[in-house]
Parts: sequence; C-alpha cells; structure tokens
Amino acid sequence: MPRHPTAPRLHPGRVLAWTVLVVALLVTVFPFYWMLRTALTPAHQLLSDNTGLWPHHATLINFKRVIGLTSLAQNQAAGGSGAQLDFLLYLRNSLIYCALIATVQTFCCAMAGYALARLRFRGRDLLFTLFVLSLMVPPIFTLLPNFALMKNLGWLGSFAGMVAPTLLMTPFAVFFLRQFFLSIPREIEEAATIDGAGKWTQFWQVIVPMSRGPLFTIGLITAVWAWKDYLWPLLVGPDPSTRVLTAGLGIFLQQSPNTAPDWTGLMAASVLTVVPVALLLIFFGKRLVESMSFTGIK
Amino acid sequence: MLFLAPVLIGFAVFYVYPAIRGAYFSTTDYNLLSSPHGVGAANYSRLLHDPLFWNSLKVSAYYVVLNVGGQTVLAVVLAGLMFRLTRSVAIRVMLLLPWLVPNVTVGLLFLWLFDADLGLVNHVLGSVGMSTHGWFTSTTWAMPTIALTNTWAYTGYTALLLYAGMLQIPDPIYEAALLDGAGEIRMFFRLTLPLIRPVLALVLVVSVIGSFQIFDTVAITPSPGGPVNSTRVIYYYIYELAFKHFEMGYASAVAMTLVLILGVLTMVQMRLLRASRSDLA
Repeated sequence: MPRHPTAPRLHPGRVLAWTVLVVALLVTVFPFYWMLRTALTPAHQLLSDNTGLWPHHATLINFKRVIGLTSLAQNQAAGGSGAQLDFLLYLRNSLIYCALIATVQTFCCAMAGYALARLRFRGRDLLFTLFVLSLMVPPIFTLLPNFALMKNLGWLGSFAGMVAPTLLMTPFAVFFLRQFFLSIPREIEEAATIDGAGKWTQFWQVIVPMSRGPLFTIGLITAVWAWKDYLWPLLVGPDPSTRVLTAGLGIFLQQSPNTAPDWTGLMAASVLTVVPVALLLIFFGKRLVESMSFTGIK
Repeated sequence: MLFLAPVLIGFAVFYVYPAIRGAYFSTTDYNLLSSPHGVGAANYSRLLHDPLFWNSLKVSAYYVVLNVGGQTVLAVVLAGLMFRLTRSVAIRVMLLLPWLVPNVTVGLLFLWLFDADLGLVNHVLGSVGMSTHGWFTSTTWAMPTIALTNTWAYTGYTALLLYAGMLQIPDPIYEAALLDGAGEIRMFFRLTLPLIRPVLALVLVVSVIGSFQIFDTVAITPSPGGPVNSTRVIYYYIYELAFKHFEMGYASAVAMTLVLILGVLTMVQMRLLRASRSDLA
C-alpha cells in the first residue's frame, strides 16, 4: 500500500477534514441504526417514543411477528396487519439463488475467460466484441423476451426460471476474468506444456489455483448482485416456495396498509435483510473493498 | 471449445436470442397471452405521440442529473479526504455497507425516514421550526427524495472506485508539491482531480447509464410512478406496459428506444474517455 505524504498532524485544516469524513460516516451508518431502533420499538409507542437513541421499552415482538412466531391475535395486538414474512424459507431461497449463480457462473465464465485470453481460435475477437457490446444493452431489453421464454417453457415459479438467464454467464464476469488471465505470464503455461500437460490440465491445475483471489472476488460480487436482485425474481418467482427475500419484503410492504403502514414490522423485516450483508462485511469486508479497485476501473 | 460451451449456450439463449426476439416483438402487438401479429412500425409511431413516454424520458433525465450530480460531487470529496487522511479498511467497509443492501431495503428505510407523519426527517425539521413535507407524496419532492435515497446508497461505492483510482497516483508528485509549499486544497484541484480524470469519466458514465435504469426504489413507493407521473421513469414505464397492461409489443419498442439512447450515451462516453487519457500514462 503506497503511503502518500501528508501535511503535519494537528493542523486546523486536518481537523476540519476529519470532521467532514466522520460526519459522512455517521450519515452512512445512522439510517441503519434508526432501522434497528424502530424495529425494537413497540408499535403503539411509535408516536410517543420517537426521540431517544434507544426505545424505552425495547422489544423483540416485531421480529417475532414478521417471521411468524406469533399468533394472528398477538400479531394484531402488537400493531401488525397480520401479514407475515416466511423469513427462513425466503432466506433459504435467497441463499440457494445466490450460491447457485455465484458458483456456476464463476466457473463457466472462468473457462470462457481463459479461452478468450489464452487460446487461439477463429472468431475469438468477434466473440469478445459481442460480449463487450452486450454489456451496454440495458437488462430490461432482454428481460422482456426472457420472461416470455420462461413462460413458454413453463418455468415461471421455479428455481430453474429464476437462475436460468444468469446461471451460465454474464458478459461482465467473462470480461473481468479475461482481463485477469491476460496478466498471467505465459512462461508458467509453457513450463506446464513442456511437462506434457494438456490445456485442460493446465487450466485446472495451474491457472485456477493461481487465480483464487479474482475468482473469489467475482463470485462474491455475483452473489451480492443476486442478493440485491428484485425485479427478475419478483416476475419469475410469484410462487411463495421459491420467493426470495427482496421479493418477500416488497410483498410484505404491499400488504401493510398504505394509510397507516406497519413501520415497526417493516423495519424488523428490513433489519433481517441487512444481517446477512453485515456478516458478509465482517468476514470478507477487507477483501471486498480491496477488490473494488479492479472491478470499477479495469 | 469445451471451455466455451457453457458460456456460448448461455449467451446464445439468454442474450442473443432474446435481443433478436425483443427487436421482433417491438414490431408486433404481442400481449403475452396470444401469439404476436406484425404491426410494422406502429409501435414506434405511437411512441412518438405518447406523452407518457416523453414524460418518462424527462423524469428519468431529471433523476439522472440529481442523482449522478449529487453522488459524484460527494464521492469525489469523500475519496479525496480518505486518500489524504487515512488508509483505514474499517472506514471503507462502512462506506460500502449501503451499496450491499438490497435497493428494496434502502427504499423502505427511506420511506420510513421521510414518512410524512412519523418520519424522523419531518420530526427533526419540525422541532427546529422548518416546514415539513409529505416527501414521497408530493409532485415536487417525490423525485428529489428518490434521488437522495439512491445517492445515499451509492455514494460510498462511487467514492471507493475513485479512491482506488487515486491510489494509482505516484507519491513523488505529492512530495514535490509539498516541497513547493502547495496546500491541500490546491493539491486537490491541481493534482488529484486532473490525475483521476479518466477514472472520473468512466465512473460518471457508468453512473449515468446505471441511473437511467432506476426501478426498485420507484416500484416500492406508495404510488409508484406518481404522484401525477412525477416519478414514472422509463424503466418503470416499460415494466408497467409489459406486466400491468400486457402490452409486450409496445413495451419492447420503448425498451428498444432505451437501448438506442444508452448506445448514444456510451458513444459519447468513448469520446470522452479518449479525450481524457490520463496524464500519467
């Protein structure tokens, strides 16, 4: 990590700069805190108890009722509308959705990225140009016909339909991995060729182990995108058995009355969608921020 | 060829085939239920006379200006501050948090913070004697509030991209500038900003194209597209046409037009990028 020279420490400008940075961080983090604070507030106290940093009578009832641990009567007594979130089921669905796409897509795109970076064959450059061009097409353009296709195949409401369009590839992942493979020195493969290893062996035994970092990075980013995905799972998975968390949250919102929304319940449900992301940051935060440099710029 | 097989299948079936089919749909009256009939260019001529389409373009452009403008300026400042002050991973992790959260969650959180009656924002404004608003239900405020929501969600991410660009700047440039007695502000405007120009241009264009595709935040507001069309952005309009009015043919024509608009924007981007080759290279 390069250390850029900076001005002396206790300079008034420096204090001001730190203040601005800290304020920015507070603005970033505070809404999450307020989400949690609301989720812990009893619904009927929302109006009277809304100033302190911590609710007077913190409660877990909102979490219990949104994940369906309370009866309908208890639910309504606690200020809910009776709508529930089958949290564990949706979480399971989200995890399957993310894990499937992240792993399969990463490996398929790694193979293709390798072929595009390292092997010579006719039409290679044309194919690569097509991938780059397709990066610029807004997803909704292909989403409409893809939806029609899933409908014709009878895949609506199934995991197959949810993962199909992105399971095998996205042009971005191919592009990203190809750029990385281009930077691996040729000598390494040449040594393997002399040892008599075929392209297939070289790929799995030399290239893949060397590229664990970038492969993991793109897998992680793909998983995050899948996690945030809303429109496609909403369209394709109207069936509760395959519904993911984002779609479940959207539907939970629609069930909450427009005139008097169930804010404590909605915030409890929102907190539940943030927890997995927070865990991800705790375990892989350093890796994620350090990979930013090469996702955005290369 | 075995290496390429899965990706080629994925690309052919879910990118190339739908693109061709989408172009074809745009010349039909397809409604998802009965088979499509060709209507020639009728969808496109309808589009020219569709006030909702023009409105959606206008509303999208308004959103893009507000959102990209706000987020880029803030992100440049944040990245500059981090670059000169600290290498802290913890700070960067905090900045990344909003980007990792689903847009639906962010949208919900802001619906709550900006709620007309119980929201924290109105509470604070009211207690210091400023005027309160029904943020998401006002024709004037709904779009700026949505823009603010996404600015909050994406500024940290954008700042990290710019920060990564700044790390490429070699140290001796700053050492020399410090020796010459340049202040931090001067170095920021004279060195940092010009030297990250290529990254900045790239980030700007990616943000503009991304912002044209705003959907989730609009979709979860109490009156999506409204009040009175004030938030009916082009992505949401296409979604409504296709999945609420079952006008797949017309929706495809609007989507096709969006492809062309973004294509033109991308070309402008290429020009811009070429015009702003790094002074370091």
